[in-house]
Amino acid sequence: MIDKQVANAQEATKDIPNGATLMIGGFGLCGIPENCIAAILQKGITGLTCISNNAGVDDFGIGLLLKTKQVKKMISSYVGENAEFERQLLSGELEVELIPQGTLAERVRAGGAGIPAFFTPAGVGTEVAEGKETRVFDGKTYLMERWLRADFSLVKAWKGDTSGNLIYKGTARNFNPMMATAGTITIAEVEELVEVGELDPNQIHTPGIFVHRIFQGVNYEKRIEQRTISNSVIR
Amino acid sequence: MLDKIGIAKRIAQEVRNGMYINLGIGIPTLVANYIPTSMNVVLQSENGLLGIGPFPTEGKVDPDLINAGKQTITMMPGSALFSSADSFGMIRGGKVNLTILGAMEVSENGDIANWKVPGKMVKGMGGAMDLVASAQNIIVAMQHCSKDGASKLLKKCSLPITGLNCVKKIVSDLAVLDVLPTGGFKLVERAPGISVEQIKNATEGKLIIEGEILEMKLA
Repeated sequence: MIDKQVANAQEATKDIPNGATLMIGGFGLCGIPENCIAAILQKGITGLTCISNNAGVDDFGIGLLLKTKQVKKMISSYVGENAEFERQLLSGELEVELIPQGTLAERVRAGGAGIPAFFTPAGVGTEVAEGKETRVFDGKTYLMERWLRADFSLVKAWKGDTSGNLIYKGTARNFNPMMATAGTITIAEVEELVEVGELDPNQIHTPGIFVHRIFQGVNYEKRIEQRTISNSVIR
Repeated sequence: MLDKIGIAKRIAQEVRNGMYINLGIGIPTLVANYIPTSMNVVLQSENGLLGIGPFPTEGKVDPDLINAGKQTITMMPGSALFSSADSFGMIRGGKVNLTILGAMEVSENGDIANWKVPGKMVKGMGGAMDLVASAQNIIVAMQHCSKDGASKLLKKCSLPITGLNCVKKIVSDLAVLDVLPTGGFKLVERAPGISVEQIKNATEGKLIIEGEILEMKLA
């Protein structure tokens, strides 16, 4: 098996240049590559285009890179919960492209799967359709959407092996599997990195072919946005 | 007039045994509390879960398990986890039987506007455009009028559209209305204490009233 292990986030991200297009996994703050984001923050590279479902919060996730103005453009489906984001958007410092969430997921999937365009019903008759080709199939109108690809994809998994096979946990899977397939270079950070042969091949979510670099992350904070508790305890 | 809980309770009456259901953020999320426990339904969370359970107890909070509103949740026995691409595959593929979501405006031909107010901060459409474009059945939970009394059930939406010809039913604070395939809001039920006249005055779009309109029954 091919060994793709690198020491840490610094080594994994060392050749990401200014102006790179990055895919960053996660939904809200769930399943985000915390170590890679911290390494990019530390590197200080700028002019980044970030493709990610959300833009983090003011002091965590992609929000950290917005604060330092390292991001030129965000491609997302939902960008609430972030005051600095709002300020930069309104002042024109930050470019934003909003995409329906299912279209975003499919554009990334298509990018990884070698499908340059596809038709979806989402967004027909809305601002999203402006300037895009539509076609009628079996009496219903669909919108043509292009694939998305990235220079670097940064994904987070629960477990991985040194050849890049990945297993996700809970709803931290979200955009990570598709993004892993759509990066020219895909960097995976995992909570537990094991030797080849230790993961059950039946349970692999992302086959190692999609992953170029892998490391075991440290100090996962896994911040919760909405801590909701059942009242059954109080009763 | 119905409060948020009343709207949620009335929408829960539309749920049928065996349904797969996607609940939007806000009032739609509350609907889950009023689905009879005798009914077997599965709640879909578009971030990758079928089988949303109740909020966790303090000791069971798992940051790797959230719903689309980013709230910590649990999973029901028999749940399944999947990617966002698979999630929207099942949504676009028409596998989700019922979608319940909020709206700022609905037009008499079933167009919905719920993602953007020009001039205000735009947070994005999230999964709403995908859901409304493909759902088998869409029920909207909304206030009948804005705070200054302007109708939100219109001839034509004034806000940017989320999807065309998709809303099938509306449960507002004043009434239950079916959106007819041929156009128009057909009045089905009145909210407690609300007259047909009040609903007429609050509805700008074409309102269709046939026969006696009964007051809704809430448990």
